[in-house]
Formats: sequence, C-alpha cells, structure tokens
Amino acid sequence: MRWLFLCAVLVFLLCCFVFWDIASKGFGVVSLEFLLTSPRKGMTEGGIFPAIVGTIYVSLVTAVFVIPFGVATAIYLSEYARDTWVTRLIRAAIRNLAGVPSIIYGLFGVAIFVDGLGMGPSLLASGLTLGLLTLPYVVAAGEEALRHVPGSYREGALALGATHWQSIRTVVLPVATPGIVTGVLLGLSRAAGETAPILFTGVAFYLRYVPSSVWDEFMALPYHLFILATQHHAIHQVRPLAYGTALVLLGFVFSLNLMAFWVRKKYSVYGQQ
Amino acid sequence: MILSLLISNKIEIQHLDLFYGAKQALKSVSLSIPEKSVVALIGPSGCGKSTLLRSINRMHDLDPKVRLDGEILLDGHNILHGNTNLNKLRRRVGMVFQKPNPFPKSIYDNVAYGLEVNGIHDKTRIRAAVEESIRESYLWDEVKNDLDKPALDLSGGQQQRLCIARAIAVEPEVILMDEPCSALDPISTAKIEALILRLKERFTIVIVTHNMQQAQRVADFTAFMYLGELIEFGRTSAIFEQPNQELTRNYVSGHFG
Repeated sequence: MRWLFLCAVLVFLLCCFVFWDIASKGFGVVSLEFLLTSPRKGMTEGGIFPAIVGTIYVSLVTAVFVIPFGVATAIYLSEYARDTWVTRLIRAAIRNLAGVPSIIYGLFGVAIFVDGLGMGPSLLASGLTLGLLTLPYVVAAGEEALRHVPGSYREGALALGATHWQSIRTVVLPVATPGIVTGVLLGLSRAAGETAPILFTGVAFYLRYVPSSVWDEFMALPYHLFILATQHHAIHQVRPLAYGTALVLLGFVFSLNLMAFWVRKKYSVYGQQ
Repeated sequence: MILSLLISNKIEIQHLDLFYGAKQALKSVSLSIPEKSVVALIGPSGCGKSTLLRSINRMHDLDPKVRLDGEILLDGHNILHGNTNLNKLRRRVGMVFQKPNPFPKSIYDNVAYGLEVNGIHDKTRIRAAVEESIRESYLWDEVKNDLDKPALDLSGGQQQRLCIARAIAVEPEVILMDEPCSALDPISTAKIEALILRLKERFTIVIVTHNMQQAQRVADFTAFMYLGELIEFGRTSAIFEQPNQELTRNYVSGHFG
C-alpha cells in the first residue's frame, strides 16, 4: 500500500511543481499594465489585453451556442426520448464526440463554418467550433443533472394537472439548473484553453484592436502563449511574457472551475430531503 | 345493492386488468367508490393496492410497459378511454404520495403551483385559495408567518399536510392517498387522520394503508386485496368484524401480511 500512497503524493507534487513553476516565473510579469495594454515592439514588450478580451469574447460566443443546443438535447434525451436503438445511437455519438481530438474540430470548423458557410476566419466561426467541442460535456452534464431530479417531483407536478412540459419547465429544470450550469462552466473552461480548434478558424497572430463584431478575427490567450513560446523571433527574450500569459490563462480557467464549484455548492438542492 | 340505492357512486371500477409487461398485477378488479366517503385499500405488500390507486389518476401512463384493460368510470365516464385529457383528469383526481414530496419552492408557491399550471393567474384569487387550502389542512397557524420560506425546511408531518393543501387547492373531486402516513410519527399521523375525516365532507377519498387501525379509524369502506385480486369489499366494520372470506379474516386478525 505504501507505494500507492507514494504515487498519489508524486502526482500531487507534480501538480504543485507545474503551478509553482508557472506562478513563480509569471508572477513578476503580471501587472495592471500587463493586463490592460496591447503588445508592443513585435511583442517583446507591453501586455496581453487583446488576448484576454479575445478569449472572453470567444467563450461568450461558445456559451451562446452551446447552452441552448446542449440543454435542449439533454432535456430531449432525459425527459422525452424512449430507450430505442435510435436514442442509444445518439447517446453513443455524443459520447464519442467527447473523444475526438481537438485538431479535428479545427479542421471541421474550417470546412464548415469558415469556408462552407462563408463566415471567414472570425470570432463566430471559432466560437461555433469550440461550441461543438463543448457540446458533449454540456449534454452529458445536463442529462446527469436532469436524471438526479427525484421522480417524486415530476409525479407531484403531474398529479396536480401539469402537462409534461409544464412539469419540466417549472419543477425539473429549476432543480437541475445548478448541475447544468456547472457542466457549462466546466465545458467552457476546457474550451477557453484550446488552441487547435481556433487555430484555423479565427485566431490572429497579432491585432492592434479588439474585435468589434463576431465577424472580426481575434487574439486568444492559448494561441498567444503558443506564439510566444515557440514561434517568436526572440523566444528567450519573451519567455517571461510567455509565463505571464500562462499564469493569466491558468487563472481564467481556474476561476471558471471555481465558479462551477461554487454554483454546485450554493444552489444544489439535492440531498436536502 | 342497498348501498348503491342510498349513495351515488363517484367511481366505478369494472373488470380492471393491469399488466406490467407480461406480469399481471391486477386481475379483474371491480369496485364501487361512493361519493364523499373514505375508502381504504388494504392487503399485504405487492397485492396491487397502490397499483389500483395509481390507475385512478392514470399515473401508470408514465410507464410505457403498463397496459390496462377494463373500465374506470368517474361520474359515469370511462377515464381509461384514449381521448381522456390527463391534465383535466388529474385536476379532478388529486394525489398525495407516500413520501412527502413538496417542490423545492416556498410554502406559498407549492400551494399556488396547481392553480398556476391550470391556467389561473389572478393573484388575489390565488392568494385566497392558498390561504384557504392551508387553513383546511390544519397547517395555517404553524406557517402563516413563513409562507415565503422553503417548504423543504418544514418537518415531515408538516410537509405532508402541505402536500394535502397543495392537492386540495385545485379543488379536486377525488383525493388519492398512497400510504400518506407511513413516513410519519404517531402525532403527525393523528393530525392527518383528523384531516382526512374533515376532508371527506367535501371530497371522495381513496387511501392505501398498511395500518389496520388507521383503516378502522378513517375509512367508511374497506377493500381487501390479495395477489392482484379484490377479495372482499364492504363497510369497514363488516370487513374487520365479520368478514365473509377466510383470507380476509386471517389478514385482518394479523395471521399474515
């Protein structure tokens, strides 16, 4: 048993090391100026403001797409679909979608959104591509949350003369909402850190401006980090900036996870009975 | 025969068969439930009494594996007919469940819920109905200052009385109760039994119970069921004191069950 414990400790220490490495090297760089100004002098100076805004914007587009589609699918699968081979096929497809490598989503995004639907490289095309990537998480979390709603609530509503849809809208969904929100936030936190799906569909190397519509290209934290770490003409000079960017990205993803945790804790009504 | 001349029947169940897939859970059950009376369904676990109860408001429709044959007449109309409006039926035939199941909403919203889903949005009317129903359920004095508090903060007995208030708020004609006291302590049980005796002045009540004393305390009529069949039905005093069937006598005297 001792070596199992040691493995667990090793994993924990590795986590700590990664975080400490990024935090210690990035902390000195992160300042208000770093957060609120654009890169200057071929990205060797200045901040990452456009990348932060771009990541927030693209996450919003993703959310606007994934919430209605994901939640509607979850409601259908959990509340309406009978257990037939068709619904089993749909479920299996959704599960498999979660295992598709993200670069494939990127390629798909180019083919369908950028070229096929003529959106061009844009916030919209990237947001939709990330939406597809997030969809299986939201559907799975939504279904799980809906399944956890006690059957006695549904029966109680129906026994009072509520229609099926009324019982879902007024009793089942409110109870499932914390679980659904948690799933959405975790999905978004994964999407926010992805590079491959936005690589061909809308992210830009360097922009002077922040996007003013969904048709604009944008900068994003993970891609900016990739550039600073591997593609820059003065990699060693910008290494601190790369660590600063990594720290900000980590902070962004971490706060989404924290929000998910908080929502689940605060609003969950399961187990009160 | 004499009974049916004196009292009009609210519900007539005729040759009701119920199948769960291939398994038959009710076997040609026929039963007449007089208006504004309390009818208790008793019998050992698995005898089909809850299954029969849930047929009367078509709760089995939630389970695609269940098939019903026969007739259940509510005021002379067969509710098993395919074109029955289930929402209207369930407004007329309310239900109180074994485990108190208030919604995770406020006390007020729980009672208002049935009115709202049935298309009543007049705030004054809802407020009046909520207050009246909670008073009728002997709960008003305990919750009148806490109507905005979560219903799940109430005790089990209070929750069950709230569920009764919720059921009567939509002014049903029949109330089905599925072992409403089995999760409650004796004091809460006594309150609910007193409530049942009062409610029968306005409603027809069908109650499933495991508790024979309870059946004797609240029910005008008692039906004894065994293995999916209705063995005997009659005045509660007759069922408990002079049953016609050997099986009934053995059950009510505690020989099995």
